[in-house]
Amino acid sequence: MAISRAEVQKIALLGRLLLSDEEVSRMTAQLGDILGYMELLGEVDTTGIEPMAHALDVTNVLREDGVRPSLDREAALATAPHRDAECYLVPAVLGEV
Amino acid sequence: MALVDRTASELLAELTALRATSVELTRAFLDQIERRDGQVRAFLRVDPAAALARAEEIDRRRAAGKPLGRLAGLPVAIKDVLCTQGEATTCGSRMLEHFRPPYDATVVQRLRAADAVLLGKTNMDEFAMGGSNENSAFFPTHNPWDLVRVPGGSSGGAAACVAARMAPLSIGSDTGGSIRCPAGLCGVSGLKPTYGRVSRYGLVAFASSLDQVGPLARTAEDLALLLEVLAGHDPLDSTSIDLPVPRYSETVRQPLVGLRLGLIREHFAAGLDGQVEAAVREAVAVYQSLGATVKWLSLPHSKYAVATYYVIAPCEASSNLARYDGVHYGYRTDERSMAAELDQERGRLQQAGDPSATAVGAPSATAVGAPSAAAVGAPSAAAVGAPLTTAAGARATPDDLDNPLVRMYRRTRAEGFGPEVKRRIMLGTYALSAGYYEAYYKKALQVRRLVRQDFDRAFAEVDLVAGPVTPTPAFKIGEKIDDPLSMYLFDLYTVSANLAGLAAASIPCGFTSGGLPIGLQLQAPPFHEERLLRGAHMFQQATDWHTRKPPLDQRQ
Repeated sequence: MAISRAEVQKIALLGRLLLSDEEVSRMTAQLGDILGYMELLGEVDTTGIEPMAHALDVTNVLREDGVRPSLDREAALATAPHRDAECYLVPAVLGEV
Repeated sequence: MALVDRTASELLAELTALRATSVELTRAFLDQIERRDGQVRAFLRVDPAAALARAEEIDRRRAAGKPLGRLAGLPVAIKDVLCTQGEATTCGSRMLEHFRPPYDATVVQRLRAADAVLLGKTNMDEFAMGGSNENSAFFPTHNPWDLVRVPGGSSGGAAACVAARMAPLSIGSDTGGSIRCPAGLCGVSGLKPTYGRVSRYGLVAFASSLDQVGPLARTAEDLALLLEVLAGHDPLDSTSIDLPVPRYSETVRQPLVGLRLGLIREHFAAGLDGQVEAAVREAVAVYQSLGATVKWLSLPHSKYAVATYYVIAPCEASSNLARYDGVHYGYRTDERSMAAELDQERGRLQQAGDPSATAVGAPSATAVGAPSAAAVGAPSAAAVGAPLTTAAGARATPDDLDNPLVRMYRRTRAEGFGPEVKRRIMLGTYALSAGYYEAYYKKALQVRRLVRQDFDRAFAEVDLVAGPVTPTPAFKIGEKIDDPLSMYLFDLYTVSANLAGLAAASIPCGFTSGGLPIGLQLQAPPFHEERLLRGAHMFQQATDWHTRKPPLDQRQ
């Protein structure tokens, strides 16, 4: 299964990565190899097999719906790369900078 | 025998009998780290002062006759994938180089409550992605048995520190073999518990349906001691199971009478190193001499396990790692140089779109993009720039340029993640993208069920499955680094236990002629850790592979 450079660029955008030309070349070749290997799965007849997303068959694990202590704002903001007293700060989302 | 050569269970007996203090043995292991870690490089950080202070406090409480926890005074090393409150938790990544979590992982909390002495944080492949420790963003760990070779991964530091007698106990995590592979390559014992047996709260997530925390030590007896402390229900992890925790440390000494051992035909096929195969077959003969019966079985879907795993794990990883956005915690790109980069690119795209302009920019983007990555040492990001064509092949215009927030995400991640993490994000994003989801992700989930059904059938006939851990002994550092697919295929015997949600262990079962350790993998049905540990212990009672020491001092 070959993957094109353009597809690699598109996937990089979806995955929020930015690849250099050289990385795009390397990634195109390596992903091509790996996806080629995965063609193996095509051999398996999976008609009617329920997908298994999880190792345990547990569902609807609920906790009591009550107020519990959680991280206070300062502790949460303390790890932020860019912040003010109350909020995380990010570059402009809309319009011109 | 020197303190550092004793097992954790022996050391605990010494402490309890007041024949040794926690300060003495903590100091002995810290000295050993001082002597050996310059070569092995198993630790990312060690805090001798904090460890000694803690040891002193436990000794004081013991002297005063106060109640103490199960591991009171025993040093334990922690893989840097587990959150330690207020202390750096890097996950082997530049992305988290300066991250200090505001809380402890549940297993860390359990270790503290058991009065263990936390020695330091061990090296690992970045975000636990890798089988060699070469993907650590900081430095590779070396195999104590042969320093030019890899220790295995991703819990390479966790295994190497136990092998080199720098810690009696350590904590690792295993998503596709990350405890068992390094345990095998470093000649120590390691156990991946059943998914759900140990809390994942505070474990930095890689693939959430596969990740599991587990112990590494020199003996099965020590694994039992440590697992007893780690295991148990945690309301903070909805996937942890509310089942009673057996007294592993007591039952481990009971041999399995009438043990039915299964051997898998597909595990002894092409690709298995001759010396590894010989050691594993020898180990099976040991079990037979102890009264076990052996049955050959087939797991018809085992040839698909690696492909299945390397679809599912990257899919989950690409989703989990979306959280590294440069906003909440971790690394963020330099915004000033980012703004300059966007300006340059806008200019270039405007020029390219204007037919009257003479210089229509080179088709390569290499000239664009401020080399902003120097600060984090990610040279790859220096040559980045918007392509002159869009992914659809149309001529790009300034409107196609990333908005500043998107570019902040992309530069942050380009600079903060290493090559293997990027590869897995790309793979996962691809396999989950529109048009490919059914062919890859859904298909892999279906094959996963078939892999599980194979094991269900096998465990109807045998109690434990025995086989190799890895196809070859430890390879040389750098040997596979440019060939990700061959690195992935190294996991072929270990990934199935994660896909199927089994309990599995690796114990030493021999050495190559060149002196490299060989591991024996034992697999048990879900939640049968007790059986696994008893099976491992009876082997260690009959053999002495687990007592061998790496020839580190002779080499110095």
